Amino acid sequence: MWRDAVLVGGKDLRIEARSRVATNQVAPFAVLVLILFAFALDPDRGVLNRAAAGLFWVAVLFSAVLAVQRAQAVESSGGTGDALRLSGLDPAGVFLGKAGAVAVQLLALEVVLGVGVVLLYDVEPAGYPTLALTAVAATLGLAAAGTLYGALAAGSRVSETLLPLLLLPAVAPVLIAATRASEAALGTAALPVAAGDWLALLGVLAVVYVAFGVVAFGPLMEEQ
Amino acid sequence: MSDRSDRISTASPLTLSLGLAALLSLGATVALGLSLPATVEQGEYSRLIAIHPGVAWASYLSFGVTALASALWLWPRTRAPRWDLLAGASAEIGVVFTALTLATGSIWGRPTWGVWWVWDARLTLSALMLALYLGYLALRRVPNPPDARARRSALAALMAVAVVPLNHFAVDWWRTLHQGRSLAQIDPANDVDGAFIGAMLLGFLAMSLVYAWLLVHRVRVARLEDAVEETNLAAALEERRAEALVAP
Repeated sequence: MWRDAVLVGGKDLRIEARSRVATNQVAPFAVLVLILFAFALDPDRGVLNRAAAGLFWVAVLFSAVLAVQRAQAVESSGGTGDALRLSGLDPAGVFLGKAGAVAVQLLALEVVLGVGVVLLYDVEPAGYPTLALTAVAATLGLAAAGTLYGALAAGSRVSETLLPLLLLPAVAPVLIAATRASEAALGTAALPVAAGDWLALLGVLAVVYVAFGVVAFGPLMEEQ
Repeated sequence: MSDRSDRISTASPLTLSLGLAALLSLGATVALGLSLPATVEQGEYSRLIAIHPGVAWASYLSFGVTALASALWLWPRTRAPRWDLLAGASAEIGVVFTALTLATGSIWGRPTWGVWWVWDARLTLSALMLALYLGYLALRRVPNPPDARARRSALAALMAVAVVPLNHFAVDWWRTLHQGRSLAQIDPANDVDGAFIGAMLLGFLAMSLVYAWLLVHRVRVARLEDAVEETNLAAALEERRAEALVAP
């Protein structure tokens, strides 16, 4: 399973590296979202600075939708989905590979967005270990849920509009927990709940989504 | 074709009696709700207790049935098309009840809290649930072979059920302002409280009956829809065959 996951993940990442869609389109889009937030929220009143953690994760969420759509599009064109099914790879491995590739892209994107937030929103970075743990746990959950819903919505003409409707309510807890944990790390939190609790929730979410995907991806791949 | 597909109505003695029971209990709920005294804090709006908790309960009941039916479909030994139809029908009704829950809650919240909407844990959870199941229904509408549709919907329904408790934790820590659970707050020994409890419990019963009545009809309509699709397909195939015979 793990070997298959590495194979599929490597394939997806190579495709992304060569097509440059992630670097040339998704990353600029995410930074653009950061700039749009500044238009929506008056940058002079310190709102941006206080809301930075939440805005950061909303930008990540939107980008995750794009990344997942991309990961699905790669399989639906040219019959590669059929080839993948006939290859005899373990479906759980395929799921882990595709989710892993999305997670790697999202983590890279989060670094870019993090720099963007520091530069554009005047955020003082702090609490690096908590931030790193938050990013890893939240990204795993997002990538796993995204890959699963991506496969659910795949293969139809409406999948572009269906995916966000399915995915965003399901990852709402990731957004809440990741935002609060980041705020706790940055020291901008207004809530008594400690970062550890939010991190634990993020961990549970990641485990649930990954486990569900590992179990459910087999039947989904068979019928597509 | 058997008489089942020839039958146009979805009514039967069962649904007639179920519908009658639903109507009677609904009428009794309204009557009892209106007879409740206005309270000091909430005035006339306290009477919504006869409706709102029952409607919310029915929405949870619907989604519970959807999850159960989806699990039964996925389990190979119990796999049957009827579970898929039941899951879809129940989710549709659940979405209606969730929307009603939000609407009646807002009507109550405006005079009591002073705003239509507050970012309270349970309201937020209900809104997220509505979005989750709207997505589920959208997924069901995607044209797919029946088996693929059933499998995808069942997985989505189970995923939604897994997500709801997690959402619950997240929004609970995030915000909590809602009244405590309705039943846990009231003292049954108190006469006034007793009347309120009675109205609320009657509301639970009435909404459950309304749910059951809608569900039976909706499942039957879904079955008829499938039958129509099959008949049309068979007719279309027959036409093409006839054309092929006529052609030189």
